[in-house]
Amino acid sequence: MTAVRDLPNALPRPPGEEEALRRAWAAPKGIKVLSEINNSYIGLYYVSTAVFFFIFAGILALLIRAQLALPDSDVVSPDLYNQLFTMHGTVMMFLFAVPAVEAVGVLLLPNMLGARDLPFPRLSAYAFWAYFIGGTAFLGSLFLDVAPRAGWFMYPPLSGMEFTPDISADLWLLGIGFIEISAIAGAIEIIVGVLRTRAPGMTLGRMPVFGWAMLVFGAMIVFAFPSMIVATLLLELERAFDWPFFIAERGGDSLLWQHLFWFFGHPEVYIIFLPAAGMVSMMVPTIVRHGLVGYRLVVLALSATGLISFGLWVHHMFATGLPRIAMAFFSAAGMLVAIPSGIQVFAWIATFASGRFRPSAPAFFLLGALLVFVIGGLTGVMVAIVPFDQQVHDTFFIVAHLHYVLIGGMVMPFLGAIYYWTPAVSRKALSDRTGRIVAILFFTGVNVTFLPMHLTGLVGMPRRVYTYPEALGWGGLNLLSSLGAVIIAASVLLFLVDLTRNFRPTMRKTAGNVYGAGTLEWVATGINGFRSIPRVERREPLWADETLANEIEAGAWYLPNTATGHRETIVTSTVDARPQYILTLPGPGWSPVVAALFTAAFFLLLTVKATTIAAICGLIAVASILVWMWGADRGPRPAVPIGGGINLPIDIAGRHSHARLGTLVLMLVLSAIFAGLLFAYVYLWITDAAWPPAGIAPTSAGGVAGSALLLVAAAGLFLAAGRFLPRPGTGTGVLPSLGMGLSAIALLAASALDIWNLADAGVTPSGSAYGAAVFVIASGQALLALALAVVTGLLVAKALVGRINAERRLSFEVGRLLVLYAAGQGLVALVVIHLFPRIAA
Amino acid sequence: MTRVRGLPAGLALALAGCTPIQSALDPAGSNAGMVFDLGVAMTIGATLVCVLVVVLAWRAVRRSRAEGAWLASPRMVIALGAVLPAVVLTALLAYGFVLDRQLAAEEDRAALTVRVTGEQWWWRVAYLAPDGSPAFETANEIRLPVGQPVRFELESADVIHSFWVPALGGKIDLIPGRTNTVTLLAEREGIYRGQCAEFCGTQHALMAFMARAETPEDFGAWFAAEGGDARQPETEEEVAGHGAFVAAGCGACHAVRGTAAAGTIGPDLTHVGSRLTIAAGTLPNHAGTLAAWVTDAQAIKPGARMPSFDELDGPTLRSIAVYLASLR
Repeated sequence: MTAVRDLPNALPRPPGEEEALRRAWAAPKGIKVLSEINNSYIGLYYVSTAVFFFIFAGILALLIRAQLALPDSDVVSPDLYNQLFTMHGTVMMFLFAVPAVEAVGVLLLPNMLGARDLPFPRLSAYAFWAYFIGGTAFLGSLFLDVAPRAGWFMYPPLSGMEFTPDISADLWLLGIGFIEISAIAGAIEIIVGVLRTRAPGMTLGRMPVFGWAMLVFGAMIVFAFPSMIVATLLLELERAFDWPFFIAERGGDSLLWQHLFWFFGHPEVYIIFLPAAGMVSMMVPTIVRHGLVGYRLVVLALSATGLISFGLWVHHMFATGLPRIAMAFFSAAGMLVAIPSGIQVFAWIATFASGRFRPSAPAFFLLGALLVFVIGGLTGVMVAIVPFDQQVHDTFFIVAHLHYVLIGGMVMPFLGAIYYWTPAVSRKALSDRTGRIVAILFFTGVNVTFLPMHLTGLVGMPRRVYTYPEALGWGGLNLLSSLGAVIIAASVLLFLVDLTRNFRPTMRKTAGNVYGAGTLEWVATGINGFRSIPRVERREPLWADETLANEIEAGAWYLPNTATGHRETIVTSTVDARPQYILTLPGPGWSPVVAALFTAAFFLLLTVKATTIAAICGLIAVASILVWMWGADRGPRPAVPIGGGINLPIDIAGRHSHARLGTLVLMLVLSAIFAGLLFAYVYLWITDAAWPPAGIAPTSAGGVAGSALLLVAAAGLFLAAGRFLPRPGTGTGVLPSLGMGLSAIALLAASALDIWNLADAGVTPSGSAYGAAVFVIASGQALLALALAVVTGLLVAKALVGRINAERRLSFEVGRLLVLYAAGQGLVALVVIHLFPRIAA
Repeated sequence: MTRVRGLPAGLALALAGCTPIQSALDPAGSNAGMVFDLGVAMTIGATLVCVLVVVLAWRAVRRSRAEGAWLASPRMVIALGAVLPAVVLTALLAYGFVLDRQLAAEEDRAALTVRVTGEQWWWRVAYLAPDGSPAFETANEIRLPVGQPVRFELESADVIHSFWVPALGGKIDLIPGRTNTVTLLAEREGIYRGQCAEFCGTQHALMAFMARAETPEDFGAWFAAEGGDARQPETEEEVAGHGAFVAAGCGACHAVRGTAAAGTIGPDLTHVGSRLTIAAGTLPNHAGTLAAWVTDAQAIKPGARMPSFDELDGPTLRSIAVYLASLR
């Protein structure tokens, strides 16, 4: 490829251009580097923190194995043992696995996609700091003997106030609730990033598989995590205010928790697995220097897995006595999910067969992972058969199964990925020789630990037991598993030694493309990622065009400069990646860090019932978010050339805005939370026939109509406000401000009227499960109205000082979407609460 | 069938060095037997698939470019990744459904009903009369007649537990506010251990029970005797023990039918002497362990509802233990 061709920008580039670009992207020095929000920095912080939690949770596992190594042993007390396995599961799932794959996404996605950063850098900074601070505090609970001890699944009534009166359960519920917010923030960021910031020409069909995997990952988080938010919310409301969602004597049902938990919990497995599978689909082609065989099939498989995984949650409830016909359905769905996994496994094998295999540390990890994952998948098929599951459920057979799935499906690919991508972010590569030893040791340890556990379960040992009698003969198998755990520990230790010796993160001179990969993350250097942003014509652009990397580095491709003096990246269309506009990005700032710190403080202080200080912290967190929103939306500016005769406008509003997409995703999250609340309502109704229970008067029809009218008015007023936005530089924003303000008041009044209406009819949240279910919907609506009142306050202030007008209207449009959504949700809530029981009666 | 079952089970147990008292690999009930056959079939199938994957992965990595292009084609991905699993899994699903129907059919034949209530951390057991009322109550031990399906009604007094006797069949949860049922049929005589399988708090690990499958004649005799009142104390020590039992206030929590002790909080002790274990499968049952349990329950099973009566003097403690052991 030496043919001269037309490049968008002529070489050499004018002097000073690169310096200006670097200046815009320069990271602050010293302690201020913590205020850097660029994805390369946040991504590194993020991955490192995840690795730290992995090691911490691994140490807990070693303590567990120490206790179980011998029968009737007392290395730890029963109570401590219960804390250990609860924390091991919780930390591995919530603080390691999900954040780790999200972290790799934050670190690598922009570079893979040809973007200079993620579209909402402050949001990912917030997500990271919330996770870091919250997670660290959560770990601390172990040292204060207040760690959660009801299992990572936290089933009520065991986790309810009666059986866990201490704060350990609150710590779990609020701690995890908080991590969920962080995960959702990251997911919104990733979805918008994948859909809108790909390099020109990188159609969806040319996107790296990891991008697809992270897109499915994000979508799954958007639908699955809200279910968990609802579950934790309901249980915390029950614990703190005695709203009896799960208490059978008062009309609640403990199985409601299991439905909500597993509606999250099963997709969770694939939320962890799919990104790792995406990483595998990136690494295998490089290892054999051949494109992925069956790219389309793999993308289809990723999406299908995401979809099917939402139909599997009852899989975990085969022993709860559900109707046979329901279990048969979920049994079939459980088998169905084996097919997309099978497609991916054989696509990897086919790719291995297509090229020329070159052994390397990542290759060792991947081959090991393949076998471990296949074994986990096969036992997964076994437990999808109801009678077999009823025999092995909650035994060590399941412990074996889930560790095979998660280790083969996520941990080993993740470790392989660290070896593979370290040269992209570090001055030195990790030692390939050490890496191979780590992989072999790890693979050996995993099989020595977990293969015997299948048998341990079949010969009768249940999970989560702190001891077992010698007479049952489980000692030998357990000792073997504990020895295996030591081998795993040795391998992880060796891995840490390798990291310490060779991992030297840098933004300038990375070790580079040592494995000869074909995707763009290997070109991107420095905090700004790309000197210029290329047009992508192939799935592996670097393989297709050997000169491309040099051209990018020389600044011959698009946007080799900074058009505004700010950080920028190119926004392209969703499907075919046509360039649409230049997005200016914020630079370093403390507001995300402060917001995260005080959000964490808010949740942790709530745990210890320090309500006043918690409220103050909450307000500070909101204030810092307002500070960052104040600076957002700089308004559209005239088009500038990016090279090749393309002129792009800057920071547009309207239909094509990436912020609109972000808002739509947020609305999906909100509606999924709302759907979770409605599910709780309907579920409790079906379980408890007395709906509403005796002694509750019908609600006033006039009150319902009044609330409905207010909601319609809120929507109408906000819509009207949009018609009166002044032209830039002419007039003031008084009229639209009035409309927005009145709209917020109407939204709040609708909620207040509805709650009054319910209270007037004699409904109390702690009186019955009915009251609790009704009130949680009504208060959810009130909370949304309150949040929007704050947002509206910000918009009014912006309008009054001229930061919102007929052209600079992006933040107004975001607010309008949310208000319309809230009005709609309020109307649905009214129908469900007031109309449904009347129809049924 | 027995031979098919015997070989892999024996092999596995030899490897594990286990006493098969709580093992799903040594089935003694129809439910466990059917699941065992299913498990063997699935294990063979899974092993074959696993070997296939390893062989293909090995070939893929080792082969030279010239040979076996079929392995590198998307058609292979569809054939082995989608078509093969679809066929195998459909067959397996059908097998699973048939099995489930067979298990369901057994439910209709059950003549005897036992109500088991899970409590932190022991099992309340009530045998029901034909009219559904409790005939008598016992704890932590279940006897059942060989060859006759027994229906278990499962309830919980506090948190979620799970009822599981691996040698007889699969587990079902005991959930507050709900009544679950499972039907088990013991095919041969023997003593099988069961254990709570759903994490239920501090002492989840020590919440076991014994299931004793007996000939219908032996079972009938036991059933008739078990419904009766407690044996009266006879020896001097037993009489003293009964007095001490009453004086220590044991009757506040425990019932001994035919005496003033009528507590319902803890296990019924009317025929405690005839049980194989005490403290929900934690200790073997004899005067020595009974004494240890009375005086030191909190050390043996920390967190259990049973307090340690460590203020009792030696002779009193011994007499209580002897009295309890005499309640056969």
